[in-house]
Amino acid sequence: MSGFFSPRLLRNLLPPLSLAALLVAIFVLQPRTMSYFGLNLLLNLAIPITLATIAQMFILCVNELDLSIGGFVSLVACIVATWLHDTPLLGIAALAGLIAVYAALGALIHLRNLPSIVVTLGMSFVWLGLAVLVLPTPGGTAPEYVRTLMTLKPAYVPFPIIASVVIALVVHIFLMRSAWGTVLRGAGGNPRSLERAGWSILKIKMTMFALAGFFGVLSGIALVGLTTSADANIALRYTLLSIAGVILGGGEFVGGRISPIGAVIGAVTLTLAGSFLSFLRLNPDWQIGAQGAILIIVLALRVLVSRAEKRQ
Amino acid sequence: MTLELHPGECLSLVGHNGAGKSTLMNVLSGNLAPDKGRIEVAGVDITGCLTPQNATAHGVRCVFQELSLCPNLTVAENARISHPSISGIGWRGDARRLIGDKLDEVFPGHGIPADDMVSDLSIARRQMVEIARAFAVTTAEARVVILDEPTSSLDTVAAKKLLDHVRSYVRSGGTCVLISHLLGEVLDTSDRIAVMRDGGIVALDRASAFDRNSLVKAMGSVVEAVTDRAAEAAAVRDTAPVVVQATPGASRSSVLAAHRGEVVGLAGLSGQGQTELLVRVFDRAPGTTVDGEVALVAGDRQIDGIFPLWSIAENISIGSLRTFLKGMFLDRAAARDFADSWRDRIGIRTPNVDNSILSLSGGNQQKALFARALASPAQIIVMDDPMRGVDIGTKQEVYEMIREEAAKGRTFLWYTTEMDELRNCDHVYVFREGAIVADLRRSDMSEERVLRASFRADA
Amino acid sequence: MNMIAAMFRQPWLWAWLGALAAWLATSAFIGGKGSGEVMSAAMTFGAFFVIVALGQMFVITLGPGNVDLSIPACMTLAGTVSMKAMDGAATMIPVGLALALLVGAGIGVLNYALIRLLRIPPIIATLSSSFVFQSAAIWWNRGLRVKPPEALADLMTAKLGGMPVIALFVILLTIAGHLLLSRTIYGRGVVAIGQNMRAARLAGVKTERIRATTYIMCATLAGLCGYLLAAFSGGAALNMGEEYLLSSIAVVVIGGTSVAGGFANVPGLWGASLFLFLLVTMLNTFGAGAGIRLVMTGLIIIGVIVAASGGRNRT
Repeated sequence: MSGFFSPRLLRNLLPPLSLAALLVAIFVLQPRTMSYFGLNLLLNLAIPITLATIAQMFILCVNELDLSIGGFVSLVACIVATWLHDTPLLGIAALAGLIAVYAALGALIHLRNLPSIVVTLGMSFVWLGLAVLVLPTPGGTAPEYVRTLMTLKPAYVPFPIIASVVIALVVHIFLMRSAWGTVLRGAGGNPRSLERAGWSILKIKMTMFALAGFFGVLSGIALVGLTTSADANIALRYTLLSIAGVILGGGEFVGGRISPIGAVIGAVTLTLAGSFLSFLRLNPDWQIGAQGAILIIVLALRVLVSRAEKRQ
Repeated sequence: MTLELHPGECLSLVGHNGAGKSTLMNVLSGNLAPDKGRIEVAGVDITGCLTPQNATAHGVRCVFQELSLCPNLTVAENARISHPSISGIGWRGDARRLIGDKLDEVFPGHGIPADDMVSDLSIARRQMVEIARAFAVTTAEARVVILDEPTSSLDTVAAKKLLDHVRSYVRSGGTCVLISHLLGEVLDTSDRIAVMRDGGIVALDRASAFDRNSLVKAMGSVVEAVTDRAAEAAAVRDTAPVVVQATPGASRSSVLAAHRGEVVGLAGLSGQGQTELLVRVFDRAPGTTVDGEVALVAGDRQIDGIFPLWSIAENISIGSLRTFLKGMFLDRAAARDFADSWRDRIGIRTPNVDNSILSLSGGNQQKALFARALASPAQIIVMDDPMRGVDIGTKQEVYEMIREEAAKGRTFLWYTTEMDELRNCDHVYVFREGAIVADLRRSDMSEERVLRASFRADA
Repeated sequence: MNMIAAMFRQPWLWAWLGALAAWLATSAFIGGKGSGEVMSAAMTFGAFFVIVALGQMFVITLGPGNVDLSIPACMTLAGTVSMKAMDGAATMIPVGLALALLVGAGIGVLNYALIRLLRIPPIIATLSSSFVFQSAAIWWNRGLRVKPPEALADLMTAKLGGMPVIALFVILLTIAGHLLLSRTIYGRGVVAIGQNMRAARLAGVKTERIRATTYIMCATLAGLCGYLLAAFSGGAALNMGEEYLLSSIAVVVIGGTSVAGGFANVPGLWGASLFLFLLVTMLNTFGAGAGIRLVMTGLIIIGVIVAASGGRNRT
């Protein structure tokens, strides 16, 4: 009896529908955005936010929370704009080291049974401090190839759209479709059952944290490619945006319920919500507020849907 | 005791609460290490090296009472979790086929899509998936399948299908251990039946050697004598006013009523809706009438009862903070003296009530929880199987105190899984599947009647 | 002997020892000259952290998942609203204060309503609401920086017997907070909920009422801090609350409060905020840059939580 508009379907459709509604509203308000360059401009900054959101999603999937992703992306941006540009080998080694630190954090949190929220809070200071050490004053230069990649102008479809779709599909196939990803998600749903079946929760946590670190690195690289230079505070607000993006995309705090496609949609929605008001020719002061409001509205809608579901 | 499992037989374990069925099962599945004794598989001693991880490799499969599926994964994905050999390209199809075929085999016409999320399935369907997953074979064969109350959430049709499958599985040479409280299905399905009591096997024989009556008899202890309090209890029920009235969640249930000064027992197997009813009385949920303040004594100390970071005194006084208010602030000295006096009254064995609650033994922690409730101004005390794991000496002291307090006019609702404790009650309601199925006066109460009501007569 | 042993078990001790060590090291480095000023500055700046950390402490004590992320937005909004309302007029000082407290309380009510109605973890509720409040502050502020009434600004920097007045005031506030925590039915309830919400409910604690009170109180304190900080720093700035988000949590944790809930400690708040400020001052005088200071702060937070953890027994 999977009715066409069953609550479950509605629940899954909520993120894309909110994005579509927002896009339509923007097109109506400002028809010029409905062009190649308009969309390019509108969605450019969505790429690094999307990548950071995916990073946060890996952490949330194993029932932890990362309050340091913003600082981490800032640090990566600083390294990319300095070391990776000047001495590529050192830069690559540093970025690889950062991913290893992330995996180690996952191990520390699991082995010592620490609250991830405090550990990552501490790490946010560390990342920010390191970023200041690497790049004390705003500046640096993006490596040429990064710059070229981020300013690609493919025919017909703007680069940010292609990038978002590719990110969503790659992560979806890995995490939601592959045999490996299934085990990783299972660790969020019922860790005891996984242990009974002989899987190591420690390895799973380390993998998920390393993946988060990897996508954090990608996010930093993409960000520098767009801004051409970096500063230590460049991505601090990504911490809150990434959490909001995962939740907006249908993810939940516990139980391993996440959706990569939803997270990408959530991140794009948040980016658009920021610029939506400027097209309304209303006060641009409410940009951040619009992000919050959309988050609240979607969460409220979700409560309504799940109530309907319960009644069924 | 020695329990031998032969290929091609189904052995059933029956017994009342706490008889040791689930413990035995946990040992067999590697979740608990045996204190002593040995486990042998095909003549090889594997004691000490049996873990949940390699139990599967030894061919032991379990279906636990609390389900062990990942709710955020689909049915097929859950099959992948417990069968690591399913992987590589096209794994999803393999998993779908494995679990789908098994479901078709065990529960023909089940109607469970392999791509449905487990959290979207009903409890019954989850149970079916769990069972099918245990019977499914990839690399290691399923030599022994242990089923713990497998039919508890299945309807009669699905239960019948499962039991038929157990028979055909056994015919093909497998071994099945069935734990169930439905005596009908036990008698029909098993080759042999072991009756357990107090951690040991008290009867073990071919299934045909038992009938329902002899099983119930074997589960119970020796014949009891009716105590002299029967007359007195009847008097309370006839004269005192009703202070609590409540109906359990299930439809078609009788109403529970407690009179002032009465000790009312809630009996039956564990998890039949007794705790839920007590919490509803405590919350004054719709559908209950409660006349007076209510205090609760938790049974599961770790989950519902103690505050582990607090001292004994703080744990006792939280129930009656209002009485220590001096203006805006709490009088801590008074609270401490109060806890001290209750320590003496109830006999909590500690030199100092400022010690951590965790410094007490389980029984004494339970006494502290009793003190919390009895010390409060509440006139109605609801008790959620509070004597689990408490030594016999403590129990006697507490029984005495409950009688005293009841004589002073307090009312007790007492959920207990222990037959002995029901003898301290004036009136007993037996619960089964969320409903009250028997309403026994003190004079009518006997172990056999409670057991008979607890185990469904049909099925 | 026993008393010394008991001393060492006090959770606030380490924060205070750390603060003392940082102060001594700084004093030794600058040769004793100005060490009084360093302490006085620490008391003043520390006071602002203590105000918000006090509210955050009660929230965190409610147990896992309870964190108020809307503190910075709340501070900014209360600061801008009150500064604009006073518009530099000394007679409006009480009105401004009342407005700031009202804004805080209102935010607390909204936060709790979201938590309750949307049934979402407090961390997400306060996160999403903070976006809205932040915008409200930007919109209300309109890029202007309204100066506080002079009398109020003077009061913020005034000293009484060598002690900053603001610090004295916050000391009184923390004493009240300590009494609230340890000597009232409300305080006992908060601690009980943090240890075991279900057990607290079954022991007769009014859990929802206490949770609501806690979120409202936390936001009200943030509003108060926004008002005082704006008065202290010559007007409300849009980013004035920024560093208070992570710092409020850090102060609570370093101060010895259990991040898993159920155990709180007020004296530790002062120790931890003095420690964090003095640590920065010390590294400053040693010539360390901002980067080193931040890295040290982060490592100390992680060190504290690792040292305080007992291994695998999280419930």
